[in-house]
Amino acid sequence: MIEARDLYAGYDRQPVVQGVTLRIARGETLALLGPNGCGKTTLLKALCAIHPAHSGSIHVDGDDLGHLSAPERARRIAYVPQQHRLVFAYSVLDVVMMGRLAGRGLIARPTPADFAAVHAVLAQLGLRDLAGRSYAALSGGQRQQVLIARALAQDAPYLLLDEPASSLDYGNQLRLLELLGQLRDGGRGVLFTTHHPDHAFVVATRVVLMQAGRFIAQGTPAQCMNREQLARLYALPADELDQAVRAQRWAQQAV
Amino acid sequence: MKAIAVLAALLFGAAALSLLLGRYQPSPLDAALRLWQGLEGKPSELWTVIRELRLPRVIAAVSIGAGLAVSGAAYQALFRNPLASPEVLGGLAGAAFGAALGILLGHALWQMQLASFAFGLLAVGLTLLLARLVGQSGIVVLLLAGLITGAFFTALLSTAKYVADPYDKLPAITYWLMGTLSSINVPSVWLTAPLMIAATVALVALGHALNVLSMGDEEAATLGMPVRTVRALVIALATLLGTLSVTLAGMIAWVGLLIPQIARLIWGADNRRVLPASALLGALYVLLLDDVARTAFPVELPLGVLTALVGLPVFAVVLRRVAVGWSE
Repeated sequence: MIEARDLYAGYDRQPVVQGVTLRIARGETLALLGPNGCGKTTLLKALCAIHPAHSGSIHVDGDDLGHLSAPERARRIAYVPQQHRLVFAYSVLDVVMMGRLAGRGLIARPTPADFAAVHAVLAQLGLRDLAGRSYAALSGGQRQQVLIARALAQDAPYLLLDEPASSLDYGNQLRLLELLGQLRDGGRGVLFTTHHPDHAFVVATRVVLMQAGRFIAQGTPAQCMNREQLARLYALPADELDQAVRAQRWAQQAV
Repeated sequence: MKAIAVLAALLFGAAALSLLLGRYQPSPLDAALRLWQGLEGKPSELWTVIRELRLPRVIAAVSIGAGLAVSGAAYQALFRNPLASPEVLGGLAGAAFGAALGILLGHALWQMQLASFAFGLLAVGLTLLLARLVGQSGIVVLLLAGLITGAFFTALLSTAKYVADPYDKLPAITYWLMGTLSSINVPSVWLTAPLMIAATVALVALGHALNVLSMGDEEAATLGMPVRTVRALVIALATLLGTLSVTLAGMIAWVGLLIPQIARLIWGADNRRVLPASALLGALYVLLLDDVARTAFPVELPLGVLTALVGLPVFAVVLRRVAVGWSE
């Protein structure tokens, strides 16, 4: 279990995450929703020790996160950043292989088992054809999938994903949600951020709503994602939300 | 790996050939006879020339070429910038100023070399200190600090040249900074070449760590890489290589920037291949151009000028294909 208590974290002296308490257990998928700039990414980065916490504590399976070495952290928590560009034209295989090797020392070399694991992950995500392609030349959605593959290759019990669906097409979004469900059922603890409430309904066992660095609601999707909460979360008049929901229903009927 | 083996074989061949090449040139039959006699223990002039002059020079060319190219490749990965070169942290500018100061104040070659080495380390130390004072561990701050230090020592170098005796010291400084292996100090080669080769091998071994580091510090950390350790190690090794190359031969231009681009063009971006390929290619490049520098013309050309004159047109020709790997 990842357990954060009364956590304050941020870039400079001003904390972005303000007093958050959170648990992620193995075998659950937790969806984190909130408006732009509310501190979702900062929270994720604090949970994998990219940003040191200003105050509060984070424990992973009972051990203080700050006391774990970088390789020990990487063996327990895998992190999927938002997709990005790279200067060097590494192949997709090279990028995914980093998930296997990075925690194993400065001069680690891939073994046949590593190649087998990387190819298995690429096959699982339907990326086998991309293995030899340059990561820099891929589309945004493909790059995002490669970063997810790298995190899976890391084989850690906890997975933190920062807007994993943001650049994916509709089909790949649904496949990603299915994958997150499979990971949960396989006993991993998954935390992902999303801007789509429906994603949380599809796959999340629990939902956290975040606003201005604080949690305003936690619970099952049905409990906390009602009309009032969402309108409050995104600072929308309730009737605008209704309109959007009606449009969605209409689209569903058209299907 | 096959390509690396081929490059290594080429380098050995070129080194062996370079030993037989030079101004003292007996006929091939004569040379073979004397080499044979040398193996039987009879001294000959040819053996003396090879042992005392050509061998140290070949070894210096190989270690400088390999060292500059591999530290350029390592810095490019570390700074996530294909335009980084061994001089980004100001070490070469510091070493150049140290050499000028040594020529200005000292008499013996070793004094100049010692001053060059010391000021090279001092400059990189100042860069790191400045970056630390700014208080951000980011790569950009480090680059800017290196820019400042480098420019500062370049200004100091100009000052040293300005006050130097224009008939004696100034030409010595200018000629040294053009980069040459002609006035090489043999004991210093035996002292530094093993260090440089060890540092080159150590950087080559860090290829996979540099791959991970070039994804960015944050990502490298979440993947389990001890970012600060790797960065410190790479900077220490590259600084040693860059500074020692200046102490041996002055400024050998453009090798550290160009050779890794060529290696990437041929073998792809993976640093596990780019680093060894750069080292071998750099060694071969400097060795062959030094052969040209000392044998092709009646007077010896400065090696550092040749490496630029040959390297830059080659770079210009392949620029379009090199840039393919760089995304905007």
